Amino acid sequence: MTENRATTRNIPWREQLRKSITNKERTAISRVHMHELDANYRNHNNEEVNMGLTLEEALTEAKRCLDCPNPTCMSGCPVSIDIPGFVKNIERNEILEAASILKQTSALPAVCGRVCPQEKQCEAACIYTQKLGKEAVAIGYLERFAADFERESGQASIPACAPNNGIKIAVVGSGPAGLSFAGDMAKRGYQVTVFEALHEIGGVLKYGIPEFRLPNDVIDVEIENIKKMGVEIITNCIVGKTITYEELKQEGYKGLFVASGAGLPRFMNISGENLIGVMSSNEYLTRINLMGASRDGDTPVLSGKNVAIIGGGNTAMDAVRTAKRLGANRAMIVYRRSEHEMPARIEEIKHAKEEGIEFLTLHNPIEYLGDERGHVTTMRLQKMELGEPDESGRRSPVEIPGAIDNIEVDTVIVSIGVSPNPLVPSSIQGLNVTKWGTLVVNDDLQTTIPAIYAGGDIVRGGATVILAMGDGRKAAAAMDEYLHSSNC
Amino acid sequence: MNKILKKAFFSSNVVYFEVEAPLIARSRKAGHFVLVKVGTHGERIPLTIAASDPVKGSISLVVQRVGVSSTKLCALNEGEYITDLVGPLGKATHIEQFGTVVCAGGGVGVAPLLPIVEAMKKAGNRVITILAARSKDLVILEEQMRANSDEVIVMTDDGTYGKKGIVTAGIEEVLLREHVDMCVTVGPAVMMKYVALLTKKYNVPTMASLNTIMVDGTGMCGACRVTVGGKTKFVCIDGPEFDAHQVDFDEMQMRLGSYKEIEREAMEHYLEETGSN
Repeated sequence: MTENRATTRNIPWREQLRKSITNKERTAISRVHMHELDANYRNHNNEEVNMGLTLEEALTEAKRCLDCPNPTCMSGCPVSIDIPGFVKNIERNEILEAASILKQTSALPAVCGRVCPQEKQCEAACIYTQKLGKEAVAIGYLERFAADFERESGQASIPACAPNNGIKIAVVGSGPAGLSFAGDMAKRGYQVTVFEALHEIGGVLKYGIPEFRLPNDVIDVEIENIKKMGVEIITNCIVGKTITYEELKQEGYKGLFVASGAGLPRFMNISGENLIGVMSSNEYLTRINLMGASRDGDTPVLSGKNVAIIGGGNTAMDAVRTAKRLGANRAMIVYRRSEHEMPARIEEIKHAKEEGIEFLTLHNPIEYLGDERGHVTTMRLQKMELGEPDESGRRSPVEIPGAIDNIEVDTVIVSIGVSPNPLVPSSIQGLNVTKWGTLVVNDDLQTTIPAIYAGGDIVRGGATVILAMGDGRKAAAAMDEYLHSSNC
Repeated sequence: MNKILKKAFFSSNVVYFEVEAPLIARSRKAGHFVLVKVGTHGERIPLTIAASDPVKGSISLVVQRVGVSSTKLCALNEGEYITDLVGPLGKATHIEQFGTVVCAGGGVGVAPLLPIVEAMKKAGNRVITILAARSKDLVILEEQMRANSDEVIVMTDDGTYGKKGIVTAGIEEVLLREHVDMCVTVGPAVMMKYVALLTKKYNVPTMASLNTIMVDGTGMCGACRVTVGGKTKFVCIDGPEFDAHQVDFDEMQMRLGSYKEIEREAMEHYLEETGSN
């Protein structure tokens, strides 16, 4: 792979392109700004906040990339996308070529360009950040640009697939891990069927991430591309329940990839957590994003006026910004550490603030109070201060004795993480699980049943879209090798 | 898409459906439920499977018309399709030879009780089934229950059929008369609460099958959480059956009303729109 990339770096057009402008000129260009919908307009609707780059902007931003001989950005990418390769193709205005390079490694480039925490990955490892003390090349924006350009051009290329080898492979779950695995196996010539428990394809991309951050159209086009590669997707089917692993084997499936994703939401086990109006972010977002509550869906949702979201991750930001869009007067983030420790993407925090979200950092809920009908009315928050760093390296929050705030709320959304989905692990005998409920896998993502591999949240417990996709790719490569060596 | 093979009215608001679902018909066990959604923008509602025919490849569901979603479902006719149907979900009922088992069902709770009665009988238990309803025309599945029970006691609130009184009166009659090893109850939360209080007094182990609000039904949203023995449990994954003596039925009843106001408004709106008022 590296060798291949080094070769492509030395092809004549790349060399010429590097020489066309000096590095001094390249580094003198300042980083592009993403166009965004006005905060006071967008916080009332579901339109995508980031509007994308223009061609001119993308061409200029691509010039900033120095096409380093040792591109550190790639080491920051969990799936090692050929970043200089696609960026330089943008620079020379071969956008479709750039998109095709992205698709060699990422099944969902338009998605990753939107939801990856680039500032912690590729852009953190960019030479601009590392050595030059400047803002990184906007790799995420460029990735999105190339993928959107291709989609809008109507000339999307379907990755080349090896001839059908007739070997049937089953995938559990159509989220990022399942789809990327399915795409990679289809490329290798396998006959892939994805079994999805819900009525919609896309997993967390559909039920979790709101459309103002990731429009459904974008996901659907990527799903269509995967289908065009010959992947069959069956909804409303739970492997282990509707159809057993044994039955799949009898039907001739030789391998199974479990990517069943997140499961039961975590709660804090504090008093009042089962009051009406207190719910998990999974429930809140699923009602709205998957079921269309508050829009055209029959599913109801509580659209509160004083809404508190407990947590500081991306899902918490998604939920709080959704609450604002549903008409909340106060939409609050309640987080026990300081903003510095928040796990959410910097851009989400910035967008949330612009949209009028309140941040109650260094506050921790200790109790919810309700009225006589059982509706939550008040949250009691313990104020915190930062103490010594804990095992995660973040300064741990310590209670300030006696400092308690009472805040009026009618909706509380708990977004402090999820446990892995217990459905599949408990339905297939012989799969070992850890004490956290994640599936036990080896370095190749192989479970304790040799023909079953697993990846994404069911293995990691809770991670990002890109890590899940990376698992899908890795498992596909490993299963392919396993099936060849076991002579299936 | 699942085809409706047969539709029948148990009463004006209670509909019986036989639905094509070959994989579920083969894999389901007593106590399992499915999630059903009507229309692209429909709501996912949990329904416990009342019966199945693996040969025909069908399952039976009994639906009570309450809000917009159940009304839309009940409006479907034979030959039409349920947009989405997934299952079987939940843990199967724990069936063994306990000895004498009292199975007490109220309202449409009688439907999910049927497979439990059948399985208990098959496991060699002496099964006494108590069917409770407000009045005679709301008593359902009596014939099927009689075919699988050693004794059936029918209770109606108004005394129009069987004995006059509520379900607990029927259970207590049995408890006073003979030793009972196990009780299973399915019905409205309030009914199960009083069944649990009664059987606790008589020290009879009791299982209750809970039907709570669910969104995905696959262990993701947590809408179905209940307190059992002081701990939060999820009906879709940990249930739907729990030790009735440990369930906080008051909280369950309260949580079932979470969307009452919104649902009432939606129903009014729906009736206006469809002109079926």
